[in-house]
Amino acid sequence: MATKTQNSRAWLFVLPVVVLVAFNALIPLMTVVNYSVQETFGDNVFFWEGVKWFEQVLHSERFHASLLRQLMFTSIILMIEVPLGVAIALSMPKKGIGVSVCLVLMALPLLIPWNVVGAMWNIFALPDIGLLGRMINGLGIDYNFTQQPGAAWFTTILMDVWHWTSLVVLLAYAGLRSIPDAYYQAAKIDGATPWAVFRFIQLPKMKRVLTIAILLRFMDSFMIYTEPFVLTGGGPGNTTTFLSIDLVKIALGQFDLGPAAAMSLIYFLIVLLLCWVFYTLMMRHEAQ
Amino acid sequence: MSEISLRELRHSYLETPQADADWALKKMSVDWSEGGAYALLGPSGCGKTTLLNIISGLLTPTEGEVWFGDKNVTNMPPDQRNIAQVFQFPVVYDTMTVYENLCFPLRNRGIPAAEVDRKVREIAAMLDLDEMLPRRASGLTADGKQKISLGRGLVRSDVNVIMFDEPLTVIDPHLKWVLRSKLKELHQRIGTTMIYVTHDQTEALTFADQVVVMHEGTVVQIGTPVDLFERPRHTFVGHFIGSPGMNVLPCEIENGTPLFAGQPIPVGHAIAHRDGAERLEIGVRPEFISFAAEGIPVEIVKVSDAGRYSIVDARHGEHVIKLLVPEGDSLPAESAHIHFDPGHTQVYADGWMVN
Repeated sequence: MATKTQNSRAWLFVLPVVVLVAFNALIPLMTVVNYSVQETFGDNVFFWEGVKWFEQVLHSERFHASLLRQLMFTSIILMIEVPLGVAIALSMPKKGIGVSVCLVLMALPLLIPWNVVGAMWNIFALPDIGLLGRMINGLGIDYNFTQQPGAAWFTTILMDVWHWTSLVVLLAYAGLRSIPDAYYQAAKIDGATPWAVFRFIQLPKMKRVLTIAILLRFMDSFMIYTEPFVLTGGGPGNTTTFLSIDLVKIALGQFDLGPAAAMSLIYFLIVLLLCWVFYTLMMRHEAQ
Repeated sequence: MSEISLRELRHSYLETPQADADWALKKMSVDWSEGGAYALLGPSGCGKTTLLNIISGLLTPTEGEVWFGDKNVTNMPPDQRNIAQVFQFPVVYDTMTVYENLCFPLRNRGIPAAEVDRKVREIAAMLDLDEMLPRRASGLTADGKQKISLGRGLVRSDVNVIMFDEPLTVIDPHLKWVLRSKLKELHQRIGTTMIYVTHDQTEALTFADQVVVMHEGTVVQIGTPVDLFERPRHTFVGHFIGSPGMNVLPCEIENGTPLFAGQPIPVGHAIAHRDGAERLEIGVRPEFISFAAEGIPVEIVKVSDAGRYSIVDARHGEHVIKLLVPEGDSLPAESAHIHFDPGHTQVYADGWMVN
């Protein structure tokens, strides 16, 4: 008798996950693929269109504009949140009661639901009744985020920095805490400057957690929807219409399911591609 | 290089130390002569690392002064003291190569590049690191990394002292011996003062010319390995050094002679009666006890074979006395008498040897 080397029962245990992933990822994704290559006028009647929607989206100036806005937004918040988060983590207390106080304060913004964040900042920044809006205008600067594109961008970025820098802080802090004291002591004896300590001890030891922080912040900010939607609704005009807001406008506002589906897939591939590039670059550097 | 002296030193980690137990280091004055190989020996938590960190400047003592030669360095930071320290867990700068790691302390001090290169290559050769110089330091094994930490101390020609804080803890047993002989060899070659912290008596006794034994924040004895063995100044030293440790037995003193079990125990010198002492004891190492025709009557409880000799547990009343019997010697039957070598029997009052 041949010995049975494979235990088929194991498949049974994997099944729940397979079903879950199928229903929340694979099936919806395939539906989108289905829409992206066909035209429909309702009643479940479909006409084959091939790559027409993809061509349309890729050549659409509207798509280029929101993609550009999206890239700008993500780069700006990454450039602010990562260094700021590291700086805050570096200046946080290392022991005593201050640690818990700081950690709780840092975690608070992360606990607030996204639409509440949007609503909070909307009211906070209103030029006539909001604390921030009144203050800026009180300084003699003309500020109205519902009418000025610059002010709208400024407010959206400020909101995102307020909401998400904590995530970078918490990850960076965890990385810093894992450095044994002996490293700092050895650096002191070697006569290292504070900059050298940061460059050769703290930064290398934080690299892994920072990689994760950057990836998370990249993905989340690239898909940002709720907060700017509640804050500015994508306006004034289209100036803060990021990719996901634009997508929802096309899909649910205009009900152009084909182009919206094609755009979703392109969007998805861009996120996937950029994540892969980020990750490979960082890991390649690590391997050296 | 210069002599290091600790004057009236005392340290506490608390803001306002009150009780005796609040002091991590109790008042002490210790001198470390130039070029010596010292071991700082004691159990975990006895203050070894605290003392080391005070010498290196990572800690500022609560009271007292640290002098390097004729300079008071008590409030000087570590980088200005010209000391080197090797830690328990190897510290290397991961992103740098071995070469850059060794350069680091010199470059930080603004030493010209040619000089740095010459010095680094010289030290790398001494530590057998030449072939690894272009490699990333993070890829090395624990002993390789520990050599780098050591190298970073050695490249500086001006160091007053190199300190080792249990440097071999994470090294494989067969490499421990290799690295320890390397240290000993380096000490003979460069003659820098070295202080080696350990809780392992074998490491301490093989490395050092002078061993400093610490117990509960106090230096209990400074001496050569032979001193510590033959004339332990404190019962703790007797227990801690030697395997098995010294026998410590309660005694009384009558007419200058200690009495144990109602029998006078001859010691090398007369003992004046100590009125103040709460606790009087005699200490004798298992090596200096032998079976005799007469003496203290004992029952033999246990015999363990330790290779070249046997460890015999002999019982008198409630006291168990250990003695060593060379391999091949015949052992008496269940009951016997034992004799203490007078030249190696000491009297202790409250733990301290009475002269």
